[in-house]
Amino acid sequence: MLTALSGAVSQGLLWGVAVLGVFITYKLLDIPDLTADGSLALGGCVCAAVIVNMGMDPMFALLCSFAAGAVAGGVTGLLHTRFEIPAILAGILTMTSLWSINLRIMGKSNVPLLKCDTIFSRLSDLTGLSQSTVTLLAGVVIAGVTIAIMYWFFGTEIGSALRATGNNEQMIRALGVNTKTTKLIALMLSNGLIGLAGGLICQSQKYADIGMGTGAIVIGLAAIVIGEVLGQLMPGKLRSFSSRLISAVAGSIVYFLIRAVVLQMGMDANDMKVLSAIIVALALAIPVGMRRSRQRREYTKGGEA
Amino acid sequence: MLTLSHVSKTFNRGTINEHMALDDVSLHLEPGDFTTVIGGNGAGKSTLLNMVAGVYPLDHGTITLDGTDISRLPEHARARYLGRVFQDPMLGTAADMQIDENLALANRRGRRRGLTWGLPKGEDEEYVSRLAELGLGLENRLGDKVGLLSGGQRQALTLLMATLTEPKLLLLDEHTAALDPKTAAKVLELTDKIVDEHHLTTIMVTHNMNDAIHLGNRLIMMHEGNVIYDVRDEEKAALTVGDLLQKFEEVSGGELANDRMLLS
Repeated sequence: MLTALSGAVSQGLLWGVAVLGVFITYKLLDIPDLTADGSLALGGCVCAAVIVNMGMDPMFALLCSFAAGAVAGGVTGLLHTRFEIPAILAGILTMTSLWSINLRIMGKSNVPLLKCDTIFSRLSDLTGLSQSTVTLLAGVVIAGVTIAIMYWFFGTEIGSALRATGNNEQMIRALGVNTKTTKLIALMLSNGLIGLAGGLICQSQKYADIGMGTGAIVIGLAAIVIGEVLGQLMPGKLRSFSSRLISAVAGSIVYFLIRAVVLQMGMDANDMKVLSAIIVALALAIPVGMRRSRQRREYTKGGEA
Repeated sequence: MLTLSHVSKTFNRGTINEHMALDDVSLHLEPGDFTTVIGGNGAGKSTLLNMVAGVYPLDHGTITLDGTDISRLPEHARARYLGRVFQDPMLGTAADMQIDENLALANRRGRRRGLTWGLPKGEDEEYVSRLAELGLGLENRLGDKVGLLSGGQRQALTLLMATLTEPKLLLLDEHTAALDPKTAAKVLELTDKIVDEHHLTTIMVTHNMNDAIHLGNRLIMMHEGNVIYDVRDEEKAALTVGDLLQKFEEVSGGELANDRMLLS
């Protein structure tokens, strides 16, 4: 049970990188970007192909995963900004085409990395620690570094312009920012991170699979939503940008812990997706329901007092 | 400073909703001109501003600003020359960002944005002193989210943001129309003060005839996409609301000015 939980935490940390990617589009840009499902699998497939088929370094493979994800995000971005295709549809188009592209990249639907080096096996050899401990520690470092870089980037002039694009597009355009460019950068960065997460997941589970990205967007949203609830439960209601990023990753860890627990309790792994969707739907629906019931409660006919 | 020559714009061309918003408009603004624009609904006042700002592409004509032809420049590229305040107080500021973040974004209008820190410590002082000039107490609230401010405060902040780096031309699109009368008066007073201090060339669209008469040194009236009346200086100073109403009835063939213009 304990190993299962520690595995869940590692998984949550690695997926946390993808969640941070989803955070950029969903929370900062206000676009639910469906490219995510495709770009996560793309990151995994590219990683496996680079390591297994090309025999390259696993670290280099991760760079390729990031770059491939960024290109996928760029395609969605161009479809959306240049050709004014609605963002959701642009994401669906890219995601759908990535299915075929991923199969082409790997040549088959599943590529195992059994005898190949991964960054985790290397670190394990280097430190003498077990593979699962190394994955956990590396996950903490990778998620921490990603948060730090994002915190820095979104504080810069370009990063601020990007946040403003999601907040008030007309205003930031009147202040001289090309919002097509900022949206493109955001989509590339977001999917780059999701691709990177795909590569990390591929290396930690030691295989890449064509279906590994299915539902990634929902997992990302569920993690963000759980993270927000956690943030509100914390004393002082953490609202600062860095704490929002940290709670997104924390949400990802909690999501995979819940998943590990319900799987231990005998739930079918394939039912997990419907559970994720229910979590997201509930999280989005509950505030609306609470507002409605408050309005009903507070309504008075008047004239009685 | 600003020259529009033979500018035309038709919306929804070829459909049943075809509407000629600007009909061969030519207009020249001298440096320092503070022009107020009045006219009924659909007269083309806002379209005039939006064409200058680059919101829609031109059908015909050219727009030249301080010697530069900006007719084909996209909106974000024209922004380096223009300060803009919109009718809706929500449109001019980013609600989820702090006051100082909004000012820092505005301070970089038209400049290339890079990877240096977006909100350097050294800029606080300038922001505090400029906010203090507004007299709304915002100088003590740099770290507050703009969404916490009232409509009037947001509009005053937008005005400050539009003029933080001096624009060649300030465009005000009915920027007090959504405010209550008292707040509107305060924002107008600030507008007059800021324009005067920085000698800004300004176009202010308004539906309030009194404001149009009392502010600025030039007044133009628009009707059905044309400039039908253009007065400046002494002649403008002598205008009364009655004169304007009469003028308006002349051109619109007896049809009365819309209620909004009469009531305010």
